[in-house]
Amino acid sequence: MSDSPLSSVVATADQLLPGGWEMVVGLEVHVELATRTKLFSGSPNRFGDEPNVNIDPVTLGLPGALPVLNKQAVELAMRIGLALNCRIQKCIFHRKNYFYPDMPKAYQISQYDLPLNADGYLALPSGTVVGVERAHLEEDTGKSTHIGGATGRIHGSDYSLIDFNRAGVPLVEIVSRPDIRTSEQAREYVSELRAILEAIGASDAKMEEGSMRCDANVSVHKPGTPFGTRCEIKNVNSIRALGRAIDYEARRQIDIIESGGTIRQETRHWDDAEGRTHTLRTKEDADDYRYFPEPDLVTVDPSHEWIESVRASLPPLPAARRAMLQELTGYDPQSEAVIVAVERGQHEYVKEIVDAGGDPVKALIYVTQAFAEAGPHPAVPAADIAALTLLERDNKLSATQAKTVLAEIVANGGGDAVAIAASKGFEAMDTSAVEAMVDEAIAADPDAWAKYCAGEEKAAGAIVGRVMKASKGKADGKVVSAIMQSRRGS
Amino acid sequence: MASVPSTATDIARAVASGALTARAVVDEHLARIEAREAQIHAFNLVTADAARAHADAIDADIAAGRPVGPLAGVPVALKDNLCTHGVETTCSSRILEGWKPPYDATVVSRLHAAGAISVGKTNLDEFAMGSSTENSAFGPTKNPLDLSRVPGGSSGGSAAAVAAGFSPVSLGSDTGGSIRQPAALCGVVGVKPTYGLVSRYGLVAYASSLDQIGPFATTVADAALITEVIAGHDPMDSTSIPQPAPSLVASVSQGVAGMRIGRVTDLPGGAEPEVMQRLDDAFEALAAAGAEIVDITLPSLSYALTAYYLIAPAEASSNLARFDGVRYGLRVNAADTNAMYGVTRAAGFGDEVKRRIMLGTYALSAGYYDAYYGKALKVRRIIAQDFDSAYARVDAIVMPTSPLVAFTAGEKVDDPMAMYLCDIYTIPTNLAGHPAMSVPFGTGAHGLPVGIQVLAPALGEEAMFRVGGALEAAGGAR
Repeated sequence: MSDSPLSSVVATADQLLPGGWEMVVGLEVHVELATRTKLFSGSPNRFGDEPNVNIDPVTLGLPGALPVLNKQAVELAMRIGLALNCRIQKCIFHRKNYFYPDMPKAYQISQYDLPLNADGYLALPSGTVVGVERAHLEEDTGKSTHIGGATGRIHGSDYSLIDFNRAGVPLVEIVSRPDIRTSEQAREYVSELRAILEAIGASDAKMEEGSMRCDANVSVHKPGTPFGTRCEIKNVNSIRALGRAIDYEARRQIDIIESGGTIRQETRHWDDAEGRTHTLRTKEDADDYRYFPEPDLVTVDPSHEWIESVRASLPPLPAARRAMLQELTGYDPQSEAVIVAVERGQHEYVKEIVDAGGDPVKALIYVTQAFAEAGPHPAVPAADIAALTLLERDNKLSATQAKTVLAEIVANGGGDAVAIAASKGFEAMDTSAVEAMVDEAIAADPDAWAKYCAGEEKAAGAIVGRVMKASKGKADGKVVSAIMQSRRGS
Repeated sequence: MASVPSTATDIARAVASGALTARAVVDEHLARIEAREAQIHAFNLVTADAARAHADAIDADIAAGRPVGPLAGVPVALKDNLCTHGVETTCSSRILEGWKPPYDATVVSRLHAAGAISVGKTNLDEFAMGSSTENSAFGPTKNPLDLSRVPGGSSGGSAAAVAAGFSPVSLGSDTGGSIRQPAALCGVVGVKPTYGLVSRYGLVAYASSLDQIGPFATTVADAALITEVIAGHDPMDSTSIPQPAPSLVASVSQGVAGMRIGRVTDLPGGAEPEVMQRLDDAFEALAAAGAEIVDITLPSLSYALTAYYLIAPAEASSNLARFDGVRYGLRVNAADTNAMYGVTRAAGFGDEVKRRIMLGTYALSAGYYDAYYGKALKVRRIIAQDFDSAYARVDAIVMPTSPLVAFTAGEKVDDPMAMYLCDIYTIPTNLAGHPAMSVPFGTGAHGLPVGIQVLAPALGEEAMFRVGGALEAAGGAR
């Protein structure tokens, strides 16, 4: 074991289910790696292309074709292992043998007893620590579409279409230990994992597109007794569905046990529309995969130098990013604003605003409020947002006014907060000095002022010129104009 | 125009110098095929038109003064488990009948790049499983030296093609002796290189950790030349050794003076007396040529056959799973997908292939893995260690290739164990991953050729070819 901070995991009293039951959950998360090419061939690893264009003899498992391991895939898998505090070890590939039409070789090249990454853990924002047993490399299958029939599954369909674009796409399967005790923790685990995978550039981790897929092993027992028989839940396609499926499955198992039945070890299919799980196959019909070492590949033994160079290239992980925002703003790392900013990857942007002189708390809040669609690096200059935070902090703008100004800055891709506020007639500005200068200028040139008040707009130039001279050019012309307009009463 | 020489070396020289056209060479060999192929059945497919066109292209290159490769104009026959772009590749199986690969095996590309001309695809035991070339879905190959006898196998078609003069050289594959044993039975030279020296990319796998491609030839020098051309690192094969092809032709005539050559004193029995007499002759000849003969033991040798018949079928059961009727080759329709797999494979595979798939599936099954496959891997390691100990004392080892000379057709085809014993002397080197070759050395029962086998440590091809060359020079070759 590594030096993980794991202790024996027991649910707290408020995490137990009615009747004193404790659910025990382990998750198997498959993620597609963001490599340029496939795990064992040079075909592109690209989602959304026309069917069967990203193929070659290796992808199709043609007779005589041989796999050659993609170094970038190993490196991305190592990034995952390091981010999950795993031991990176000498490893080999095995063949997992079973027949299915979208698996061209009738075996999947995977890792078995010697995975690349072993014995890690993931510390969740809530403080729960979930052990990671392994994170191993394997190839994805093709994708079948079953035409005809009621269920969309192979049984009862008229025919099937196979797209091999996905076959051979590199996957990492991340297997947690059975350390999860609530559906909330399960969702938190997957959210945090997704944030990590995005942060380290290993995967785009989109459950909707299937680049991140999650199976849940669920059992129930009474604390202090051995674990119950587990069922594996498949077809969970969103984080929300994961929580629902686990809660449903635990409830189902408890109902069976409480009514005197026993749980069969089986694989179950989550039906999101019906909100329940169905038997997919029982342990008795489970395939014997006849794993054996893949003779077409050689041992992978990452050198210490390679591992350390990958480790050094890792960016700060979400936990570190949350800690950074905590330090910056004083906010709790579990607070909504911190979590949202980090999930969106906008923590650096918050820091840029602060570095530009902005108020930290206001910076965080503005970013979470106004940049939901902007991605990790919004196009708005950080200094523009910084200026706005100061106006609100110094009570020169009300929160509502600041929000209006913020919306305009965002809509325009930037802008001078002071000017925008002025143009909107928001008074409480840091304009007292400018106002004083305007008043002095009016007093010094009453003729110009009179003409201006009579509607001769060109006369404004003389007043503005005086203010600019007095302020050594620092006054904002738009602000000066706004003040003059306000003085004139137009 | 000059008559066509018998060796690849001489043909290439004559063609490159303009003394002979590639077209004349090809026409001569096609004429020989035309004359005798109907009786021998060395080929599943003769690509006569493509061969003539290729020959004309080489002649055009020479006429135009463009440089040509070291095998310019040399006809070559390819075992029908080597992928050839656009040319049917069947493995002598119904299940692959009609399949045309969209790519060339690396060895095929390298031969073509060197100027060799493919004349056809040769018959084999289905998926290279067998020792007589009788397990072919397309009918057996006959031994050109005696048509009532088998040519050995599984590369029997490639051995017969060279023995019959259909091509001066050919390629086979050797998983447990499938090049060396038919070479011995047909009286030609056959080489299994070190595992990883020759790329397997495009060789339809039988047992991936044992398969290796190698040449048949009428002379040791030709075998060395072909090995040079096909060897060397290939990035498409992860098990390919990352170093360039060695120079080997020069070793052939270097002699064995000062070499230490091992004689195995605990050789498993069963060889015909004449075969053992030729082995004694071989040691006498090598000693006369200045080698020191050193007695060694290889105690694990008698376990090699058993280990092989667990490891090879286990890998085969997985390698052949892709022939499922979904994407290419034979499909027999049925009510659902699983039933389609069953009837397709039942119709597409012959008995020996089914036997090995079942053996291998069993050996890998949950609960049996450790007792069978796992134990076989341990035996494999012990065999390798025994060889290592031996090679600490000797540069090469000499033993028979086959316990028997060519046997009569039908004699063993219904007795798998008797057939498996044909490979008792060839299998150990496959398990160790070492090189070995068979050199014709005199005759045995019925005046049929005997092959003497030369074994060397991993990447010991130079030593192997020195000993092989010395045996040939001593007059063993026909």
